[in-house]
Amino acid sequence: MTLLSVEHLTTAFRTERGEVTAIEDISFTLDRGEVMGIVGESGSGKSVTALAIMGLLPMPPARILGGSIRFDGTDLLTLSDKAMQRLRGPGIAMVFQEPMTSLNPVFTIGDQIIETIKAHERISERDAFARAVQMLEKVGIPSAATRMTDYPHQLSGGQRQRVMLAIALVCRPRLLIADEPTTALDVTIQAQILDLILDLRDEFGMAVIIITHNMGVIAETADRVLVTYAGRVVEQAPVNRLFDEPLHPYTSGLLACVPTLEQEQDRLLAIPGNLPEPARRPPGCRFSDRCEHAVAACRDGLPPLDDFGAGHRAACIRALELRR
Amino acid sequence: MAGVIARRLVGSIPILLIVSLITFAMIHMIPGDPAAAIAGLSATGEQIANIRRDLGLDQPLLTQLGHWYLNLMQGDLGRSLLLGQPVLSATMQRLPVTLALSGYALVLTLLFGLLSGIVAALRQNTWIDQAAMVFAMLGISVPNFYLGLLMIILFAVHLGWLPTGGYIPFTADPIGWLATSTMPAISLALLLTGLLARITRSTMLEVLRQDYIRTARAKGLPERRVVLRHALANALIPITTVIGIIVSLLISGSVVTETLFSIPGIGQLLTQAVLNRDYPMVQGGLLITTALLVLINIAVDVCYALLDPRVRY
Repeated sequence: MTLLSVEHLTTAFRTERGEVTAIEDISFTLDRGEVMGIVGESGSGKSVTALAIMGLLPMPPARILGGSIRFDGTDLLTLSDKAMQRLRGPGIAMVFQEPMTSLNPVFTIGDQIIETIKAHERISERDAFARAVQMLEKVGIPSAATRMTDYPHQLSGGQRQRVMLAIALVCRPRLLIADEPTTALDVTIQAQILDLILDLRDEFGMAVIIITHNMGVIAETADRVLVTYAGRVVEQAPVNRLFDEPLHPYTSGLLACVPTLEQEQDRLLAIPGNLPEPARRPPGCRFSDRCEHAVAACRDGLPPLDDFGAGHRAACIRALELRR
Repeated sequence: MAGVIARRLVGSIPILLIVSLITFAMIHMIPGDPAAAIAGLSATGEQIANIRRDLGLDQPLLTQLGHWYLNLMQGDLGRSLLLGQPVLSATMQRLPVTLALSGYALVLTLLFGLLSGIVAALRQNTWIDQAAMVFAMLGISVPNFYLGLLMIILFAVHLGWLPTGGYIPFTADPIGWLATSTMPAISLALLLTGLLARITRSTMLEVLRQDYIRTARAKGLPERRVVLRHALANALIPITTVIGIIVSLLISGSVVTETLFSIPGIGQLLTQAVLNRDYPMVQGGLLITTALLVLINIAVDVCYALLDPRVRY
C-alpha cells in the first residue's frame, strides 16, 4: 500500500547568481511501514526533498517548479497552509539533524511535547501531560515524569534527540522523516537512537524516511535506498541489492569509502573532487567529471533512470557494461 | 533570586560613591558662586562672604565633601541653596512627574517599537518593512528637542489642540495629564521607538532562522503561535537589555524635554540646580537619579533570569 508518492519533484532556489535548481525530477514511492533511506553528500538535495514533503521550504527563496507529492491520496502541493499545518504532526512528522538547537531553549521539554498534542487534539491538560510522560518513557528518558520540567540545556545531545523523537511521534504520525538524526551524536548513542526509531516504527506501524550521508546507517535501518547526487536520483534499490550490486559508479564510490576492518591500506578512500555547485553542474551526467568510468557519451545528455528489474534503477548509461 | 538582588544592591554602593565623587568634582570645577546667586545683583562683597560662611562654602573642598558624606550616612542630603527646601523632598516632589512622563514614553516606545519591528521582520523586504525602517531611521535621526519644537508650533500654536507647555498631574486630572504629557512623551519616545524597532526587527529575523522555529512549524503549530510564542519568547531576551538602556535614556532625555515643555520634573530641577550652582541639589539629585538607574538595571537582570532559563546567577 503506497503511503507517499513523489513524482518528478523539482524545486529551485533564488540566489545571487539567478535561480538554480536544488532538486530535479525526484520520484519515489514509499509503502506504509516501510523504511527508506535517502543517501548522498551534503548539498545533494536530501534535506530539500524532506522539507518539500513537510511543506517547510522557505518560499521565497525556494520555489516548487513542478511535480507532485501525494500523501495518502492527497496532493500536498495543493493543500492550504491550514490543512498542511493539520497534517504536520499526526500525518507527517520530522526529526532534525541538530538536537542541540532544534528544541526551544526557553520552554520546558514537557511544555514542548504537550503543545504538540494540544495543537492537534482536543484534550485536557492532565491527559496531555500523561500522554507526554508516556511518550518520554517510550523514547527512553528515565524518570520521565520528573524530567518534564527540565529545560533543553539540562539534557545531553542524545537525550535531546530522544525528546525530539517524542515530539515527532506523540501524535502517532503515519510517516516520520528523520533528517540525519544521528549525525551530531556520539557513535554509541547513534546506534541507540536508530534502534529506537526502528522499534517505534514496529510499534506505531509508521513509514520512515531516513536521510543520511552514512552508508552504515542505511545498512542498519533501511529497506530501500535512494541515492541522490547533485539534486537528482542516481540510483534506487532494495538495500541488499544496493550493497551487493551497486549499478551507479557514484554508489560504488560511496560504498568503497566505508572503511572496513579487513582493509589494509592506511588511507581512507574518497571519491575525488567535490559535488559541483548548483550553478556549475557539468553538462550530461552530473557525476561525469568525478567518474573514473566516464566516456564522451556521458556528457551528451542527462542519463535516464533505467529500470534493471527487482526495483533496481540507476541513471548511468554504462551501468550494464560496468556490471560485467 | 532574593540573594542575587541583595548582592547586586550591595554591589551598587561603589557605583554611587564614584558617581557622587565625580559629581562633586565637576560641579566645583565649573566657575560660578551660589552665594552670589542667592545674594542677588546688588549685594556687597561682605554680604556674599557672610552667606558663603553660613552655607559652609568657605571651608576647604575636602571638608565640604566629608560633611556631605557624613550627613548622607544619616539620611540627610542637605538643603537646596536655591529653594531652601530639603534636597530629598524637592527631588521626591519632582520624581513622580518624571516617572509618569518616562512611563508614558516607555509605553509608546514598547508599543510602536516592538510592533513595527515584529511586523517588519515578518514582512522582510516588502514595502511594509521598508516603510517601517524609514520611519525608524527618521525617528533616530531627528533630534528630540527639534521634534518637540515642531510639535509645539503645529499642535499648540497653529492648531491649538494641546497646550504649549506646563503640567497637570494625573491624579488631579487624567485628561489634563494626557493633554500636557502627550507631546513631551512623543518627543521623548520617537528616537527610542526607532532604535527599538530596528533592534526588534534584526533580533526577530535572527530568531526566525533558528532550528527550533523550524521544529515548531514541523509540529504543526499555527504560524501565529510560532511567531508570538516560540520566536518572541527568545527575541525578548536580547530586547530586554535594550529596553533597560531605553529606560535609562528616557530618564536622562527628560532633562531636555522637561525644559522645552516647562514640565516640573527632575530634569528641570537638576538643570536649574546646575545653572544656579545649587551644589547640594545637584549632588543629591544626581545621587538619587543614579540610584534609580541602578535599580532599573537590577530589574532588567531579574527580567533576564525570568525570561531565559539558562541564566543562573
